[in-house]
Amino acid sequence: MCLFQSVMNYFPEEVLEHVFDFLTSHRDRNAVSLVCKSWYSVEKFSRKKVFIGNCYAVNPERLIARFPRLRSLILKGKPHFADFNLVPHDWGGHVYPWIEAMAKSRINLEELRLKRMVVSDESLKLLAKSFPNFKSLVLVSCEGFTTNGLAAIASNCKFLRELDLQENEVDDRKGHWLSCFPESCTSLVSLNFACLKGEVNAAALERLVARCRNLRSLRLNHALPLEVLQKILVQAPQLNDLGTGSFTHDPNSETFIKLKNAVKNCHSIRSLSGFLDVNGRCLPAVYPICANLTALNLSYAPGIFSNELTKLIRHCKKIERLWILDTIGDKGLGVVANTCKELQELRVFPSDLYGVGNAAVTEEGLVAISAGCPKLNSILYFCQQMTNAALITVAKNCPNFIRFRLCTLNPIVPDAATNQPLDEGFGAIVQSCKGLTRLSVSGQLTDQVFLYIGMYAEQLEMLSIAFAGDSDKGMLYVLNGCKKLKKLEIRDSPFGNMALLSDMGKYETMRSLWMSSCQVTLGACKTLAEKMPRLNVEIISENEGGAGEVEARLDDRDRVEKMYLYRTLVGPRTDAPDFVRTL
Amino acid sequence: MDSDLNLKATELRLGLPGTIDAISPPKNSKRSSPDSDSATPPPKAQIVGWPPVRSYRKNNLAEAESGSFVKVSMDGAPYLRKIDLKVYNGYVELLEGLEKMFKLTIGEYSEREGYKGSEYAPAYEDKDGDLMLVGDVPWEMFKSSCKRLRIMKASDARGLGCAV
Repeated sequence: MCLFQSVMNYFPEEVLEHVFDFLTSHRDRNAVSLVCKSWYSVEKFSRKKVFIGNCYAVNPERLIARFPRLRSLILKGKPHFADFNLVPHDWGGHVYPWIEAMAKSRINLEELRLKRMVVSDESLKLLAKSFPNFKSLVLVSCEGFTTNGLAAIASNCKFLRELDLQENEVDDRKGHWLSCFPESCTSLVSLNFACLKGEVNAAALERLVARCRNLRSLRLNHALPLEVLQKILVQAPQLNDLGTGSFTHDPNSETFIKLKNAVKNCHSIRSLSGFLDVNGRCLPAVYPICANLTALNLSYAPGIFSNELTKLIRHCKKIERLWILDTIGDKGLGVVANTCKELQELRVFPSDLYGVGNAAVTEEGLVAISAGCPKLNSILYFCQQMTNAALITVAKNCPNFIRFRLCTLNPIVPDAATNQPLDEGFGAIVQSCKGLTRLSVSGQLTDQVFLYIGMYAEQLEMLSIAFAGDSDKGMLYVLNGCKKLKKLEIRDSPFGNMALLSDMGKYETMRSLWMSSCQVTLGACKTLAEKMPRLNVEIISENEGGAGEVEARLDDRDRVEKMYLYRTLVGPRTDAPDFVRTL
Repeated sequence: MDSDLNLKATELRLGLPGTIDAISPPKNSKRSSPDSDSATPPPKAQIVGWPPVRSYRKNNLAEAESGSFVKVSMDGAPYLRKIDLKVYNGYVELLEGLEKMFKLTIGEYSEREGYKGSEYAPAYEDKDGDLMLVGDVPWEMFKSSCKRLRIMKASDARGLGCAV
């Protein structure tokens, strides 16, 4: 060790830095900084990309002090269950303080990627004005901004390469944000505004596309009709990734014929999405490019009927990532299984969210896919019913799952054939898939499934539990067994104080724990908070009536409706709203 | 059934109605017998956050799904109908469809005079909630902005440019 150290010390810092440049993973770089003081220092000053999985685990000042030369930042805000309306609206996750601090410290920020954060127009304006080399903005599931903020980005970021808006709730002020890209802007490589509801100036878009010769990825929104798509494809046949806006037209019209020809020329398209409003008779226009597609997202196109869907899929032999709706049916999944031999990731979303459900996929479809697609490693599957036998077969067919998320539309439905809990099925999955890092379980489940998970899911990092288990034992099996667990989220399950408090140190090895509608009491949460100062234990009230009101009503023996705890280096957050109490 | 908007009482939980605290998902033993009524699944639509689908997706899918079906009301008729705009290739087909459905004549459209000479005028409510005469804008634009159709008596439609 000593010899190694002294040998390494002969190398000037530039050499170390150059070597570290080859380390792209955050984990590797983190490990490197622990080796010795000089490595820590070299790594610190050469680190350009930083990933912060929970924005409240650190604060902007510490980030800047630790990595003063950072160029690229990824930040995540709200807990995952916020996606499903389980977290009240103003909980937090504001990006403004981060942008403000980086601007003040003259950080040379080039890339910012945010997930589940609140992004105000003010933040976007500050971002646009403060970082002259800013190149890439990716916002996923964020909210709080309007198209005015986008206008600021378009106007001021001279070297913008990427503006990627994925599934954000944006207040569309029907302004002309797209027209704010100056004529001098030719640097765009990726532009995705599919989630915007309002109209954009089609002529401005066409001119923008024409002058950005490096444009590779373009995703349009619903407001843009087929005519515009056709003109754009003529200007940009070099695209790799296309999101159509609306895809409906009279298939006999001249516009449509022109579109077909334009599509034929787009030899580089590998990823296709959109069809936000679709006439199935128009789909044949894309058949010529299907053979080379590796990614296809039809999950926002309920207007495509099952037979049209399967006709399309039969052309897509090289698909690796497929996102569809359950309107495809088990039979349609059979077609996928026969056609898409390169399939790695499949997501089947529910099409009928409010009705009694004639959801069209069952365990049959899943089994077919597992049998036909040997490379499958990631699945999200919303289904009407499931059986242990099917899951056992799937586990045998696909030992390579890294992500397995199953969601039965009735959260506590038992095995459709035997009426037993689905413990054995999920048990088979975790036993077979040794590389599993993410798991979501559903259906009727007892403590037994958690015994299996604790025993076998050695690589598991994220686990989502809903309406499952019988007692504290279930949660204990998981906490004791899953050594690599980082995120645990539980709702409506009978886990309580005993499980919560049995291994308090465990939570410092994890990013976060969410428990809602469980059996934990205020008293236990207080105990936990007291013993573990490096955790923030947040009690989130349902009534947004103010903490005072809540405190007056809750005593230590009362159950806590929502608890979110996470490790942090910086103590209780200062921006918590009234209904969030950090113990 | 009391009539206050007692949202808490109607929010579905897996427990006895009326108790806010006692929420215990049914024990396994209750569920193993297929005849047990506690095996009745909770109505899906009422569980907050289930199925676990992002609100963005929920909102957009709902819009897209109902997107092409629009209600059609006719002045004086006791109930409304629904039609799927996607099925029609243009105004001519749409008007023919409406004429058949309601057993009336609408007549021909002209930009200057609307639906001259007919007893009825087709109007629609657009995204902004305004009542518009059918036929002024290109078909595709109409399809995406039409939220609801209304077959008005021509005598009421004078303001919409119908010469009676």
